[in-house]
Amino acid sequence: MKQAGVVVGELGLQQLHEALQKGVFAVQTGLLRFRIRSSFEDVAQSIHALYAEHPFQLAPEFADFHVEVRAPWNLRRWLRPQAEFFIDGDPPFEPLPRDQAPALLEWGMNWTIAASCHQWFTLHAASLERGGHAVILPAPPGTGKSTLCAALAFRGGWRLLSDELTLLDPDTLYANALARAINLKNASIDIIRQFAPAAVWSPETYDTSKGRVAHLRPPIESVRRMRETASPRWIIFPKYQAGAAPLLTPRPKTATFMPLAENAFNYSTLGQTGFDAIARLLDQCDCYDFVYSQLDDALEVFDWIADNSPGLPAEYAA
Amino acid sequence: MTVHCARLLLDLMRAPTEATSLSLADWDTVLRLARRANLISRLAESLDRSGVRNALPTPVQPHLTAALALSTHQRQAIVWEARHIGTALQPLGLPVILLKGAGYAVANLNAARGRLFGDVDILVPKSRINEVEAALMLHGWSTGHIDPYDNRYYRQWMHELPPMAHLKRGTVIDVHHNILPDSARNTPTAALLLQAAVALPENPFYVLAPCDRVIHSATHLFHEGELSNGLRDLFDLADLLDEFSAEDNAFWPTLTERARELGLEWPLRLAFRYLEHVLDYPIPPDAKSRLVRRPLADLVHDALYLPGFLPDHPLCNTPKAGIARTILYQRGPYLRMRPGLLVAHLGRKAFMRLYKNTSRST
Repeated sequence: MKQAGVVVGELGLQQLHEALQKGVFAVQTGLLRFRIRSSFEDVAQSIHALYAEHPFQLAPEFADFHVEVRAPWNLRRWLRPQAEFFIDGDPPFEPLPRDQAPALLEWGMNWTIAASCHQWFTLHAASLERGGHAVILPAPPGTGKSTLCAALAFRGGWRLLSDELTLLDPDTLYANALARAINLKNASIDIIRQFAPAAVWSPETYDTSKGRVAHLRPPIESVRRMRETASPRWIIFPKYQAGAAPLLTPRPKTATFMPLAENAFNYSTLGQTGFDAIARLLDQCDCYDFVYSQLDDALEVFDWIADNSPGLPAEYAA
Repeated sequence: MTVHCARLLLDLMRAPTEATSLSLADWDTVLRLARRANLISRLAESLDRSGVRNALPTPVQPHLTAALALSTHQRQAIVWEARHIGTALQPLGLPVILLKGAGYAVANLNAARGRLFGDVDILVPKSRINEVEAALMLHGWSTGHIDPYDNRYYRQWMHELPPMAHLKRGTVIDVHHNILPDSARNTPTAALLLQAAVALPENPFYVLAPCDRVIHSATHLFHEGELSNGLRDLFDLADLLDEFSAEDNAFWPTLTERARELGLEWPLRLAFRYLEHVLDYPIPPDAKSRLVRRPLADLVHDALYLPGFLPDHPLCNTPKAGIARTILYQRGPYLRMRPGLLVAHLGRKAFMRLYKNTSRST
């Protein structure tokens, strides 16, 4: 399949809106091609902002997934406008208030990948690359994973692979890039606005189930190189703690197995393949816990990690 | 056009070696329909078995790999779950019959290949159903909080206990004492099914006799209010018929005779009809002629089922399909209940909904 050379940003907003209305617009994100239909103008604006550097096609022969965001066909929409996400005519979740449509598209695309892409071992984790090696940041919501990920991607000299979904090839364990928008919540939005003033954002959405959210366009470099994989080298569990001095602690591998399994979307679906993938991943990675409060400190620590292959004791060493 | 696009999927399911002639645009359609109809893993397995998988276009490959991983997992999971159920019920010393998907998987039938499974359904003698419920509760299954009306409704009129979910695994088991509700129009005598059940080798379980498995699958399919798994069920039937008729020369006459004995000729007749019309499955003319013809009723059935069986997907959907689905949906309860009971039941449900909504808003 030939890769179109044109990126979304070269399309006028009006043209993009029309293509979305007709359901012919397809965007390439990493190895996946999503064909998207929506007549909502704010969805078009959001795609225009967040995918400006991504290649697109109009009415391609093949797309991996066909998704749509539109008003649900129920009576309620006359009282209070809503938006609903569909994949192949099927809505996997309840409609949301109309103004959350752009965010709903992003979440729906994430859901689609997590629910269907069992060709990969999929972790709920951010991943970034430097020097051909990947760092994986698994963490439950609220630990500051996305904030740290945004800081590393915009100012830390790391290439963003993915903020939400780490996609590992179960044979080679290479991490595949998605190079999609970074989803930030509440105070993190303001922190990153200050930290990376040049970044491009989608409009903020208020009162979602996660509070106030906004999406951040991935750095151009990460999009241009989104077909380059990286071999995982570090697994780091970040934790933001107000006022804390930066503290990097090696983690025993035995104590890292289960948290990784719990952060995987398809650990049990892949059965033995999933078990083997984690075991081999732990074999080749150094594992750490990382507590921080200042992003500048965090960048310094991550520089140190990338530059040194620290001599860890046997039970920790890769 | 709409029928054509569904045809692409249906033909491919029956003749997977044709897969190499599909264009990439065809694959785009086929994968979408297969995913929506819960058939993608079945398709992937059949492409894999017929040796054409590696010759297919690169963009198609990951979707087949993913679908195979999913069905392999589901099959392992259902066999594993059956093992837990066996352990829980073994002390009772009664024949536990695995129905439908779980039965196909544990008996290793072709119908289980690439099938996606739902809950585990078992059939036990009605006289022992309380013991079964108690034994399952002891091992962690529970009906949870259930509305007293629904609870009583299940126990008085239905052919099964309220669904029981396992507290830790979250898996659901439906315990049946018959294959149709006591309130339905043509409920078979459960004892006939139990007597004919066959033990599985190296296993604590039984399955229904081959004929009864076909009849049950058909009965279930044509009593359902929705056909979201309708195509999958038709393919189940095709696989069962292929396998059983190859093992037993007298299978077809035995099957039609058994349907008569159980009073379930009509679902079998409909199954034959739509296996032929939707899947192009060859039903022997002899077998068809042994069942009563109902040409007038078939006009109505065709109007509902021919569009109803197509995947519920924007590519196939026509206004006609929408209307057919609505009517089929309303037909489900009608088949499962006598009119008086149906009116009382729906009346109460509507009233309670109204009542609950007002109390919530005040």
